[in-house]
Amino acid sequence: MIENRPGLNILSHLVLILGVVVVGLPLWVAFVASTHTATDFMSGTIPLLPGPHLIENYSRMLDSGVSTSGTPPVARMMLNSLIMALAIALGKIAISILSAFAIVYFRFPLRGLAFWCIFVTLMLPVEVRIVPTFQVVAGLGLLNSYAGLSIPLIASATATFLFRQVFLTMPDELVEAARIDGAGPMKFFRDILLPLSRTNMAALFVILFIYGWNQYLWPLLITTDAQYYTIVAGIKRMADAVDGLPQWHLVMATAVMAMLPPVAVVIGMQKLFVKGLVETEK
Amino acid sequence: MKRTIFSNQLLPWLLLAPQLAITFIFFLWPAGQAIWQSFLREDAFGIKTSFVGLANFRALVDSPEYMNSLQVTAVFAVSVTLLSMGVSLLMAVSVDRMLRSSRIYTTLLVWPYAVAPAVAGILWWFIFNPTIGVLPYALDLIGYDWNHIQNPNQAMGLVVIASAWKQISYNFLFFVAGLQAIPASLREAAAIDGAGPIRRFFDITFPLLSPTTFFLLVVNIVYAMFDTFGVIDATTEGGPAQATNIMVYKVYFDGFVGQNIGSSAAQSVVLMLLVIALTVVQFRWVEKKVEY
Repeated sequence: MIENRPGLNILSHLVLILGVVVVGLPLWVAFVASTHTATDFMSGTIPLLPGPHLIENYSRMLDSGVSTSGTPPVARMMLNSLIMALAIALGKIAISILSAFAIVYFRFPLRGLAFWCIFVTLMLPVEVRIVPTFQVVAGLGLLNSYAGLSIPLIASATATFLFRQVFLTMPDELVEAARIDGAGPMKFFRDILLPLSRTNMAALFVILFIYGWNQYLWPLLITTDAQYYTIVAGIKRMADAVDGLPQWHLVMATAVMAMLPPVAVVIGMQKLFVKGLVETEK
Repeated sequence: MKRTIFSNQLLPWLLLAPQLAITFIFFLWPAGQAIWQSFLREDAFGIKTSFVGLANFRALVDSPEYMNSLQVTAVFAVSVTLLSMGVSLLMAVSVDRMLRSSRIYTTLLVWPYAVAPAVAGILWWFIFNPTIGVLPYALDLIGYDWNHIQNPNQAMGLVVIASAWKQISYNFLFFVAGLQAIPASLREAAAIDGAGPIRRFFDITFPLLSPTTFFLLVVNIVYAMFDTFGVIDATTEGGPAQATNIMVYKVYFDGFVGQNIGSSAAQSVVLMLLVIALTVVQFRWVEKKVEY
């Protein structure tokens, strides 16, 4: 605060409140829609306040889903999304921390080449090379499996860079002390590096969990068996199926449930989330 | 560079093995395939494949649809970037004035980051739904007819709003961090010299914020070009009349729906070159920032 200007303060509050309302509008509309029945939309006037069908709609979607859309119950899709998000987040952290350890703490031939190979992945998002990647995964027989959903998305230059950065700032004395005490590289990794990078891992986990949960194109392509549908990809199939007979209240209930876990993670772990966001962009 | 290192020669390769294996199988190999396939063409029955050199690329240049897609992508990326960054900057500057309430406003503004692009698309598709949506109803009251299913400009407006909405949280957080890094003494000095809030913003705050702004500019363009597939697929599917057929969507559509592998591969190669160029720009800037 530079100077006291009550007028400007009020204006700032107004701008922010307007912003919060605009940003929150889609969520509110979706939530309201998810508490009504299909006939409420047919009357021509759009409900703006929640209706009485909240529990009915949500429990119906969780237990049985919309059978005509060919999608499994939402509970099943959320479980699939959870498995995929956890596998991607934990897998990325595991393989990245190992390779960052190798790159920072060892000198070996072709080290530069290895680093370069990892760096390239930063530049090739899956959407860009979608057809050949699909062919590879199909060739390996990984369609309709959790491995196919997660493993191709696990390699990440971002996480490797982050851990490399963290390791580079750790004092050399740590290695020397570990050496003097007779600890080998893996013992040093397990007893010193891992505990010291715990917060970085947690921050990264928040970002990667959201990344994994929100995957869309990849699960859409490689799952044809409804048992492996994830919720984000499932919504689209549901919205398509109801095009003829709009069951928007059910689609919106699903959308709200698809948003809930990642939004809860962001709000519940806001500090770690901001830390992870800023660090991964360094 | 570390002074003290371990001397094992085999161990680092074992540590790198999982990441290198996945990188090779799912990144480098498919990327190489895309480049190779971009020089091939299948006959109509998919039996014979022949080497056609740069013919796929020449076909792209000659294709009015691809040129349209380039133009649509440019309009889309610029609109999403400007809309999202403009709104976020306004919010960030407002929050920067707040002492006690900044935390609660931040919480209420950051959550859309966690919403999947496809879900964001569905939400706005519903709000703008011509028959039951809230906004077309409101627009109708002031005499404006909204129908993004038929009107190309309105369809573009819809996907821009949905994509920009999702990106507001990200830009907001980085703008707030950038604003906090500007020393208060500079603005105080300007205030003592009699500069009002608007003058201070344009003469001091905005220029000093330029590293953040430039960084966000690149990030937002990358986001709009490559991460908005879900928004498009969940809403307009590139239509009406190709009005929202951005390049990442066209790669997918031509490859999987149109089964035109050669053309899709050539488009992949073009996109890869674009990502590489943008990444280089971003890293150049990061290096510059370090020198500061």
